[in-house]
Amino acid sequence: MNGLNRNRFRGLSVHVVLMVGVVISVFPFYWIVVMATNTSQDIYSYPPKLWFGGNLLTNIQHLFDKMDFFGSLFNTVIVAVCTTLLVLFFDSLAAFAFAKYDFPGKKFLFGVLLSMYLLPTQLAIIPQYEIMVQLGWLGTLKALIVPAAANAFGIFWMRQYTTSSVPDELLDAARIEGAGFFRLYWHVVLPCVRPALAFLGIYTFIAAWNDYILPLVMLVNPDRLTLQVALAQLYAGHSTDYSMVMSGVLLSVIPLVLVFTFFARGFIADATKGALR
Amino acid sequence: MSSSPVAGPAATGPSSGSGTAPAGRPAPDRPRGGPGRHGRRVRPVSAGARPGPRRVARHWPQYLAISPYYLIFTVFMLFPVIFTVYLAFQKWDGIGDMHFVGFQQFRFLWDDPIFWLSVRNTLVIWVLSTVPMLFLALVLAVLVNSTKRFTAFYRVALFIPSITSLVAIAIFFGAIFSNNFGLINAILRSMHLSAVPWLSNEWTIKLVIAALMTWQWTGYNAIIYLAGLQAIPSELYEAAKMDGAGPVRLFFSITIPLLRPIILFTVVVSTVTGLQSFTEPQVLFGSEASTNPNSGGPGQAALTTLLYFYHQAFDNNDFGYGAAIVWAFFLVILLIVLINWRLVQRKERRP
Repeated sequence: MNGLNRNRFRGLSVHVVLMVGVVISVFPFYWIVVMATNTSQDIYSYPPKLWFGGNLLTNIQHLFDKMDFFGSLFNTVIVAVCTTLLVLFFDSLAAFAFAKYDFPGKKFLFGVLLSMYLLPTQLAIIPQYEIMVQLGWLGTLKALIVPAAANAFGIFWMRQYTTSSVPDELLDAARIEGAGFFRLYWHVVLPCVRPALAFLGIYTFIAAWNDYILPLVMLVNPDRLTLQVALAQLYAGHSTDYSMVMSGVLLSVIPLVLVFTFFARGFIADATKGALR
Repeated sequence: MSSSPVAGPAATGPSSGSGTAPAGRPAPDRPRGGPGRHGRRVRPVSAGARPGPRRVARHWPQYLAISPYYLIFTVFMLFPVIFTVYLAFQKWDGIGDMHFVGFQQFRFLWDDPIFWLSVRNTLVIWVLSTVPMLFLALVLAVLVNSTKRFTAFYRVALFIPSITSLVAIAIFFGAIFSNNFGLINAILRSMHLSAVPWLSNEWTIKLVIAALMTWQWTGYNAIIYLAGLQAIPSELYEAAKMDGAGPVRLFFSITIPLLRPIILFTVVVSTVTGLQSFTEPQVLFGSEASTNPNSGGPGQAALTTLLYFYHQAFDNNDFGYGAAIVWAFFLVILLIVLINWRLVQRKERRP
């Protein structure tokens, strides 16, 4: 009986500590909503308001006066969607070639891909800037989309999955019917690797949505920014009007977080697998 | 002590677990065919193909399929990285002519007190964030692993910070640590403590940035550790328990040794990412750069090396010096990763 109670107590204390961790993890989202729905006066007053207020629409109105929110949102969506679609296509296609074919130079090429995996992008950013100047892409969204259109991580990830879950029997059967490489890819491989594509897609979309340093360098035109850069500039220029800035943070963060929690379980399982490979 | 049976699995653990522990995890997407996989994966179009130009030509669809990555990699990564080396020996503002200056940029860098200050800032922030981050992550992982209830909920809740926009979170931390009106100072005031000028003091600035990084990445690392913990066979624990080992003993004799490859992975990743902190100080203090030579906040306490690089390259248009900074810093990162690697490896060899 005593031992049972002790076990119960230990089980409970585990959950208490974990709940503290959970509260710290999600507290910023709660507090962003609190700040975005009150006035700056409320935030500055002591004691501060701890609960949601009714000032959200006014704050958002101020926000729309101060920044081109929908323009930035549009640019961000274009960059994230285009990057994601290109990455999904190019990476899964390359992964199919690496997973199921043997061709001269394959080992060397794949080795190059693996060894360049952790190379910091900052090492390349000055010449990248200059290349964009020469191409006339500086200040356009192309400067963000094209360099990110295929990546080593995605090819590596898709290759693992293609190797293990596209049955060779299926490929052989389709070959006998005369299907070539690209038809095999479209009709056999793509349907089989959908779960892996889902993870890679969400991962790429989030990374593109949140990217900061590249848009900061490349988007030199102040009328054409992504949300992250526009928000940082809004904060730099109006750092005292917290409730207005926070309504911008709210609008740019909460949708992504909500969408993510919807896909979260499968995504997290895949993310650990991807990391530990 | 060390001859007790409990030490048994610990002593043999690293050698069998090292490097293979991630693969030992039960992963649902492992090949269903099992052993046949390696023999059948590679499927030459015709068995008797001789190497040579004709064989290369026959594989044109495969080369076409992998070409987008290598094209993008060559144009936007490989060439720029090499060109950055070349630039580090030039004086160039990005518009006019380049002038070859030999090692002058590196000599200037060696004597540049602000560069060394930025390296020191970066290292301090990295240590202040990585040590608590990995420690707390391990604690959280062990706790989640010890229970069967709500684990899915915990995993999602702990993971969410890592997918949140860094700009948004930097603004949030700027707000709650605000000197006059922040939530943290309001809490201190309610406890009758004096307010702390968080964003004005050299050390508290670093603490705030480190707290931000800790908040963002602790849960992610906990989830990684959790995957490693779940791969440790429970028979090991049961056998050790039967030999009378307590929970602390179990943790240090079984959990830590078997988790070592994963710990090495998280240390390397958080070193590479932690040393590249840029967005946090740039959003919090970068706006002063153009007007205030004291960029990087009061006392330049938040001037990380990448932020200094950014100012030199893209605010001052000193591309040659920027290239020298970023290459020197890359070598610093490499050195630190190698040191970490050696440290963890050496511990592994210890009996």
